Amino acid sequence: MFKIIKYVMVDILRNKIVLAYTIFLLAISFSIFNIEDSSSKGLLSMLNVVLIIVPLVSLIFSTIYMYNAVEFIELLLSQPIQRKNLLLSIYTGISLSMIIAFVIGAGIPLLLLEGSPTAIIMLLVGMLLTAIFVSLAVLGAVITRDKAKGIGIAIMMWLYFALLYDGLVLLIMFQFSDYPLESAVVIFCSLNPVDLARILILLKLDIAAMMGYTGAIFNQFFGNSTGIIYAFTTMLIWLIVPLLIALRLFRKNDL
Amino acid sequence: MIVAQSINKSFGKLKVLRNISLTCNKGEAIALIGPNGSGKTTFIKCLLGLVLPDNGTIMFNNKNIMRQCQYRSAIGYMPQIGRYPENMTMGQIFEMIIDLRKNENQTTDKELIEAFELEKMFHKRMRTLSGGTRQKVSASLAFLFNPQVLILDEPTAGLDPVATEILKEKIRKEKQQGKLILITSHILSDLDDLVSEIVYFNEGHLLFHKNITLLRNETGEEKLSRAIAYIMKSNLMQKTIN
Repeated sequence: MFKIIKYVMVDILRNKIVLAYTIFLLAISFSIFNIEDSSSKGLLSMLNVVLIIVPLVSLIFSTIYMYNAVEFIELLLSQPIQRKNLLLSIYTGISLSMIIAFVIGAGIPLLLLEGSPTAIIMLLVGMLLTAIFVSLAVLGAVITRDKAKGIGIAIMMWLYFALLYDGLVLLIMFQFSDYPLESAVVIFCSLNPVDLARILILLKLDIAAMMGYTGAIFNQFFGNSTGIIYAFTTMLIWLIVPLLIALRLFRKNDL
Repeated sequence: MIVAQSINKSFGKLKVLRNISLTCNKGEAIALIGPNGSGKTTFIKCLLGLVLPDNGTIMFNNKNIMRQCQYRSAIGYMPQIGRYPENMTMGQIFEMIIDLRKNENQTTDKELIEAFELEKMFHKRMRTLSGGTRQKVSASLAFLFNPQVLILDEPTAGLDPVATEILKEKIRKEKQQGKLILITSHILSDLDDLVSEIVYFNEGHLLFHKNITLLRNETGEEKLSRAIAYIMKSNLMQKTIN
């Protein structure tokens, strides 16, 4: 299994896109911290990078990688290698490479120029988000064999999680504003890893004004530290569940 | 060695395999023939666990292969279209497969690599290779671990005459060592002196499974291609009569 992970990682690192992603992250994070005078402003700008760009790149890159690895998968499955191990190794290979890229690209500037506990939380959240969206990408790629469809699914997922979801929650809250919605809102948050990530960092930053409605309720509902633990665990579930579903489906796929 | 029992497989509405049962024993060289789209490759992929049959069982050395992978260490598979990771060089492909598959007590059989003179091209990336060279890589990989069972899907398609001869010689040699060999091919003249059994597929049905000498006697034709043509004709005749 470790051998397969090694081959996947070597293959990805040879691919220039991950390198470009690392350099892009490095450039953007250094410029953010150099332009913004106050560090919390810098962190907020970084937050947008982590919440928008990291999921997008992780999803799209992993989806395309999965489709390009069809040959690799076919080749290895005619060898004495178990399907479950193969898919897990590919997942681990992709997410490790993406996480390394993120840690070098965003982690180094965060720790060097900021170094606060919030920066560390942001780093962890970014790593977790990367792993979650690679897992979602693997699921999407296992569901359909059609490459165009698979990339379409990936883009839809990103649009949904990063942009659409907040609008939907707002709409629901607006429509049902006569009812007590506190616990419902907590559930809504848990249904979106990006939302969870945002709340996690904002809870740590402690900027009530930036938290928005969901964040404020979250804070009220859980208090600070419980909220952080809850958000982390739910994100872990977001990582594991899509991967498990993908493994189940992959067991039955025809090649 | 391999016993397939009432295998059915459909892709959506299309029934690809209908109630296929086949027994393959050690030392046999079996040719799977039939028109395009008759289910030969799907059947082979079922044997390898790449395609999962809708129902029916496949036993390999008396063990059900469902969700197993270890039995594949006794199989060398040459796919019809060898598809390889484009960015890897040929040398890396060989290294990787050897690294992943080799046991302590196994020797690798590099005869075909040498015969095809692949070492000269080890530095080339897979995407730059021609179809024929890829076939050579597939063939070399299939024979690399000295497997008990060889499954060759259209082995000679795309190979030049010299390479075809090398490959046929190698198959003959392995057959003499008592290995089970499964070959699909449309080039019947290639199979003439290689195989001992003929299995004929048509539209997902297994029409017959016969020993080649029996077939020759029955049809009175020495050449396999003529014998098959004879059978296909008589089948057609029967259909029109019915």
